Amino acid sequence: MTLDDKKRVLQEMVLHRRFEERCYQAYIERKIGGFLHLYPGQEACCNGVMEAARPGHDYVITGYRDHIHAIKCGSDPKVVMAELYGKATGSSKGRGGSMHIFDAAHRFMGGYALVGGPFPLAAGMAKAIQLQGGDEISICFLGDAANNQGVFHETMNMAKLWNLPVLFVCENNLYGIGTALDRSTAVVDQYKRVCAYGVEAAQCDGQDIDVVYEHAKVAVDYVRSGKGPYFLELMTYRYRGHSMSDSRGYRSREEEEHWKQRDPINILRDKLIGAGQLTMDAFQQFERDADVYIETEVIAFAESSPEPDVSELEHYVLA
Amino acid sequence: MAEIMYWEALLRAQDEEMARDPMVICMGEDIGVAGGTYKATKGLFEKYGEKRVMDTPISEGGFTGLGIGASFLGVRPVIEIMSVNFAWLAMDQMFNSAAKVRYMSGGQLTAPCVFRSAGGAAHQLGAQHSARMEKVFMGIAGLRVVTPSNPKQAYGLLKSAIRSNDPVFINEHELMYNMKGEVPDSEYLHPLEGSEVARTGSDVTLFGYNISVHWCLKAAEILQTQHSISAEVIDLYCLSPLDRAGIRKSVSKTHRAVIAEEDEAPVGVGSEIIAIINEECFFELDAAPVRVHSAFVPQPYNHTLEAAAIPDHDDVVRAVLKLFGKA
Repeated sequence: MTLDDKKRVLQEMVLHRRFEERCYQAYIERKIGGFLHLYPGQEACCNGVMEAARPGHDYVITGYRDHIHAIKCGSDPKVVMAELYGKATGSSKGRGGSMHIFDAAHRFMGGYALVGGPFPLAAGMAKAIQLQGGDEISICFLGDAANNQGVFHETMNMAKLWNLPVLFVCENNLYGIGTALDRSTAVVDQYKRVCAYGVEAAQCDGQDIDVVYEHAKVAVDYVRSGKGPYFLELMTYRYRGHSMSDSRGYRSREEEEHWKQRDPINILRDKLIGAGQLTMDAFQQFERDADVYIETEVIAFAESSPEPDVSELEHYVLA
Repeated sequence: MAEIMYWEALLRAQDEEMARDPMVICMGEDIGVAGGTYKATKGLFEKYGEKRVMDTPISEGGFTGLGIGASFLGVRPVIEIMSVNFAWLAMDQMFNSAAKVRYMSGGQLTAPCVFRSAGGAAHQLGAQHSARMEKVFMGIAGLRVVTPSNPKQAYGLLKSAIRSNDPVFINEHELMYNMKGEVPDSEYLHPLEGSEVARTGSDVTLFGYNISVHWCLKAAEILQTQHSISAEVIDLYCLSPLDRAGIRKSVSKTHRAVIAEEDEAPVGVGSEIIAIINEECFFELDAAPVRVHSAFVPQPYNHTLEAAAIPDHDDVVRAVLKLFGKA
């Protein structure tokens, strides 16, 4: 990444953070319903990997913590927010909600709410790429806890067996809902688990985007060059609970504070300031710009959009 | 019109569709090198190669999900699940991914895949290899369910299913793969919706699907020749969406209905047909509809117990006679 890239990405990450915090507020105000899983703390993962890949060209799939992945692929934040509001202008016309953001035009193939469900879907998209002969890759972002599902193992086996162009990104935030990784999983280093299937793998810091990017570049190049699947484990942390109904009683405030010292936005900000490429004033302007954009455009769009037409309840069930 | 076997009809359909469209692929356990448990893919591996005729590991959830994911990008996989009992392992992907993706993406994504699976009790296969699960599949919005009762339907429905932009579950039967029947020599696409009048009659309608169509036809013959009762047989080859108009039309004519299914009774095709009759044409009825079904037990191994658990044409005849106060 060039310094200009890094400044752009920092700006994007600020927007991602503020977008999610604004979702939190809208949820409290009951503007957003259902379950809401927020991304703050993990921004370097999605951004670092997608900077090394080709957003809008490569196919991306993930779980229910999906807003930022969609936006990074090219989704309009207004359309994502409208979906969270359940509006007719939302990405799924109000039929998906927070956990099911889709943007086929930007090849964001969706958020899915069954833990681990996207594993075989991602491998299947890679199978299609292989059959169709394109240069895209399939990228699957999931959390550490998904690796305890049976389809994780089934998929790793098939991905390697058929040499599929799929990159599995494990955003290891140390908790599966409210259970710590070491209380649910015998082998805590997730990248080691795919060795049994011969899948190339690496583990790295998920908070410093430079580190994420360097590792992701190796992984993306490996997959795109036709060598087969790759599993990249990124060590990260979510600041909020699993979802909005989670008061984080299962972990200490000291632990949370420790991770906030390694905030992905602050790490990149401080590096750019240290390199003389950014001032604190300019950074704070990023934050103000993000807030203004979110309020005047994103929220305004969601608020002013119409509700779905009830007479169209049964649309989109069958072709 | 040539007479071929049910498995040959399925094979011909897959072969023709694979030749027509390079995005049609087959996947499943033992379908390639081994030629398929029921021979429905025999020779395709040699003809189309391992990239398009995929012998999968025994990972039903995984390979079903993989096929669904490929379908998001325009591949049209025909996913064979060797026995419908194993489909339980794949239902998460079938239901949560394939059936729902169009709706929860607001129409952006679709999963044009076909799931083929053999259901039904064969010969002493025991509780975990004898299930009938169509009642589960037909209750899922976003999934089409068809169930061919003869080679012509097997051929035409599979071809239509492959070309459909919806996920389609095809419920086959272990005992029917060697059944012979006439299949058109030229290409034939069977409609994925509707029902067929397999025999016309005027006194009672016998509703069947898949193997139970044959019980109904045999029962109708016995009823005509031995009891002078004229039975109409409706073949419900499509279980989702059910043909409400076809059901209403026949019952409005005969005023009596018997539904025959190999499935056990609580929750099933029979209860659904009776509900539709109530909703569509209750006041046309001269008698309460009756269902003929399996005993509510896990399928037993012992031959005599197994036979006692599953209905046949005699049970259909008895049900009709009872309906007419003759038994």
